Amino acid sequence: MRPHWLLALIAAIVLPGIFVAWMIWGGYEPNLPQSTFQADGPVGKLQKDLFWIIFWSATVIFVVIEGIFVYAIFRFPRRPNQPIPPQTHGHQTLEIGWTIAPAIVLAVVAVPTVSALWQIYNVPEEKAGLAIEVRAHQWWWEFKYPNQGVVTANEVHMPVGTRVHFTLHSDDVIHSFWIPKLGGKLDVIPNHSNVIWLQGDEPGEYYGQCAEFCGEAHAFMRFRAVVDTQADFDKWVAAQKAPASAAATGAATTGEALFMGKGACTACHTVAGTNAKGVIGPNLTHVGSRTTIAAGIMPNDHENLVKWLSDPGGIKPGNKMATVIGKSIKLTPDEVGALATYVQGLK
Amino acid sequence: MASIAVARRESTFWDTVWGWVTTVDHKRIGALYGITAFIFFMIGGVEATLMRMQLARPEQTLVSPDVFNQLFSMHGTTMIFLAIMPLGAAFFNIIIPLQVGARDVAFPRLNAFSYWTFLAGGLLLNSSWFLGGGLNAGWFAYSPLTGLTYNPGHGVDFWAVSLLVLGTASMAAAFNFIVTIVNMRAPGMSLTRMPVFTWMTLIVSILIVTAFPVITVALIELVFDRAFGFNFFNVFAGGDPLLWQHLFWVFGHPEVYILILPAMGIVSEVLPVFSRKPLFGYPFIIFSGIAIGVMGWMVWAHHMFTVGMGPVANTVFTLTTITIAVPTGVKIFNWVATVWGGQLTLKTPMLFSLGFIAMFIIGGLSGLMHAVSPSDAQQSDTYFIVAHIHYVLFGGAIFAIFSGIYYWFPKATGRLMNETSGKIHFWLTMIGFNLTFFPMHFVGLNGMPRRIATYSAGMGWDFWNMVETVGAFVIIAGILLFLHNFFRSLRKGEVAGNDPWDGRTLEWAIPSPPPEYNFERIPVVHSRDPFWEQKHPHPLGVPAGASQQRPGNRAQQPAVAHAAETHEVIHIPSPSYWPLITALGNAIAGYSLVYRFIPGLFIGGALTMFGLYSWYMEPTVKHENKKH
Ligand code: HEC
Ligand SMILES: [Cu+2]
Ligand SMILES: [Cu+2]
Repeated sequence: MRPHWLLALIAAIVLPGIFVAWMIWGGYEPNLPQSTFQADGPVGKLQKDLFWIIFWSATVIFVVIEGIFVYAIFRFPRRPNQPIPPQTHGHQTLEIGWTIAPAIVLAVVAVPTVSALWQIYNVPEEKAGLAIEVRAHQWWWEFKYPNQGVVTANEVHMPVGTRVHFTLHSDDVIHSFWIPKLGGKLDVIPNHSNVIWLQGDEPGEYYGQCAEFCGEAHAFMRFRAVVDTQADFDKWVAAQKAPASAAATGAATTGEALFMGKGACTACHTVAGTNAKGVIGPNLTHVGSRTTIAAGIMPNDHENLVKWLSDPGGIKPGNKMATVIGKSIKLTPDEVGALATYVQGLK
Repeated sequence: MASIAVARRESTFWDTVWGWVTTVDHKRIGALYGITAFIFFMIGGVEATLMRMQLARPEQTLVSPDVFNQLFSMHGTTMIFLAIMPLGAAFFNIIIPLQVGARDVAFPRLNAFSYWTFLAGGLLLNSSWFLGGGLNAGWFAYSPLTGLTYNPGHGVDFWAVSLLVLGTASMAAAFNFIVTIVNMRAPGMSLTRMPVFTWMTLIVSILIVTAFPVITVALIELVFDRAFGFNFFNVFAGGDPLLWQHLFWVFGHPEVYILILPAMGIVSEVLPVFSRKPLFGYPFIIFSGIAIGVMGWMVWAHHMFTVGMGPVANTVFTLTTITIAVPTGVKIFNWVATVWGGQLTLKTPMLFSLGFIAMFIIGGLSGLMHAVSPSDAQQSDTYFIVAHIHYVLFGGAIFAIFSGIYYWFPKATGRLMNETSGKIHFWLTMIGFNLTFFPMHFVGLNGMPRRIATYSAGMGWDFWNMVETVGAFVIIAGILLFLHNFFRSLRKGEVAGNDPWDGRTLEWAIPSPPPEYNFERIPVVHSRDPFWEQKHPHPLGVPAGASQQRPGNRAQQPAVAHAAETHEVIHIPSPSYWPLITALGNAIAGYSLVYRFIPGLFIGGALTMFGLYSWYMEPTVKHENKKH
């Protein structure tokens, strides 16, 4: 019995439909912290709008071709004693049609594509707005505000509604700078200084992550971008420019002594206004004011600082601090506690 | 009728082993390729499974980040160079001479050399697991992460040298198939009558001999940097890491088509047979294959949209990349039209070929989505890309390879594989594949970068990662069932006969398994589907590709039983162990280069030269002069 065309038609709608429904139901989660479906800046918006154009064009093509294909599978099964079907070899007009039709669709899609492309990648010589120098290290981020005289790490602040030009440098391997909700990524390449512009239109805290594989701790190379109101941003800049706050409690004073002495922290870290002038690790002058530690992988609180200072290599395998701390320099729990208190006080 | 008995005296176990080691028979070499590549496929699968287990839940520590990084680097390298490419080579070996009506490939001993060199490269790469660890810089091994400063171990050396060795094997094999296809077709088989699988093999072989030199250059530069202190990629001495990326992807994009065109060839053979219709739009399928092969050279920098090439380069590569969707679409439309109006038998080979088309459409469309470079900036280096490549290379290449295995198994072994197991295998693969890879689109668009050893709990990627891991185990269940079916059918499968599927091309006209000399008499070809025409003499007009004035009545001149000329002497190339010795020299040189042991390089090189010389001096054929 020849299956009814209706059955084939239902299959042709249901089977591709499952994939479309699955994509929408399973994939669309704009609330997730790194979702690209939520764009809070013009670059991200351009990319998201373009994505939807391409996505729906692709979905229509998918439903039509896959539908015809599934229909054919269900409609034309072999039955017993059938004579050989007509041996059709092709059809000139059809061939020309289905060569030209997709070409036209693609040409249409190309227009918004190229337009978005130039808006995003054509960085003007005259860079209005804020300039930030990003230096990616295995496996943390350094942020320098040349015009404000601020140096910080793993948490970048930017004023709302302002075009920010990030100049990307690397002294080691290739990384990629990515704040999904503000816009797509750009690689950070040694001997090449790329410039990417981004802008945050909603104040808030955004997740960032290194997107190019960069070695052992690549998975743990994250950061935060904080979009502030202009007033908050100015306050933040002022606070960052102030010297590090002095140790306030007894424990903090012990910690400071350890920091400058036995801990050898000064070999790698800078705390402005002290003898700590190391540049191998993040600048710690105001580390207490940051929301996370160790490149965005855990909240900045006493407990996590203790964990970090006791065993940086266990928390973030391969990181450069672990080549010394926990190896040649072993700290007692009391010393770690005091150091954590001191570090936390560096607001 | 002539009966030519080529007696193989293989009484003892060691005789059998020696027979295989010295074989130059394309069918046996094909079997060796297939079995070896399938073992590597399973090793790559184990690597993938470990990664899926690690990522099933957030913040797991099943494997350390260092091991995880090796797993994904080796998984990619293994699947591409040791599984999919050589599985393609297995099909080329077993099928091409049969399809073109030849007794063997053009250079049988070079063919053996290709196999042994491939084996040497595969073992070299995988031995790194036991000698200090494998590659840990990703399968495209971006510099400067591969430099001595950041990668002092030998993993990168093993990788680079084994790819050089594997490249030798691939190029030798590709030259061999080009010559075979161009020179050894049966009389009457013009290019417009050549089976599509043979056509795709020809295109792929040309791509291999043109693309591999590019990566060879890159690899030699890398090896020289590491072994001899050169500065091609040393950023501290002003080296340019982007040089590596350009060289790698100038090779890497044609490589994508090297992986997928054989699959397209297989599908183009299977669909007509199980639809009882000729391939729709044969010339368009061929020309789009050629167009893809040519245009594949103009799109490489779409892998580099986020390196900061600037708007001009990004525009150019965006446009070339979306243009390549046109010939790909033409292929898909023609396959759909082949099925349309046919009489479909949904046997296992057909199911896998239909599955190929259904899944490849998804992979093609996601490819189109990241061809659009501005929005690709959000997708590149995320799981969205991982989803895409698996829809193309698993949903595409692997599905087609399974289709081909079920399709040609009866020809190669004389027995059919079990249909019920085959169908269950198909459905397990189809469901497991989609469970594993479809959700990768979601997590990718929701910000999950690729190549991360773990992720924190708050990112919202937990659920779909767990689903992906469950899907991986469904795929594994399918593969185990396949293996069981394969080995059982080898001994107990239903006897196939010459032509179990009502085939259309020449290989179905000869016995299964084919005799060592394949064709007792070289067939004469009059049309594109010569065997089908012979079975069903043109009831419906002139067959495709048939010449207008055909001499005589073809009903009395069947394609296969009549010879172009009476061959009384059948040349069977004699076995030789020199290809193996030559390949061994490469292996020794390879290990020496890894460990920077210069005398070893010379010893290996000398052995290779000696092997080549002895190979040259050896008589090529033993004459089986059987009068009848
Ligand atoms: C060998 C150099 C080195 C030494 C010594 C060192 N650190 Fe670090 N430190 C680093 C590096 C590198 C990082 C960044 C690690 C990462 O995230 O990959 C870091 C990160 C940190 C962070 C987190 C900063 C942030 O913004 O995320 C803190 C806090 C810290 N170190 C405190 C200390 C203290 C306290 C000491 C002394 C006991 C110390 N470090 C000793 C190199 C060092
Ligand atoms: Cu990274
Ligand atoms: Cu590509």
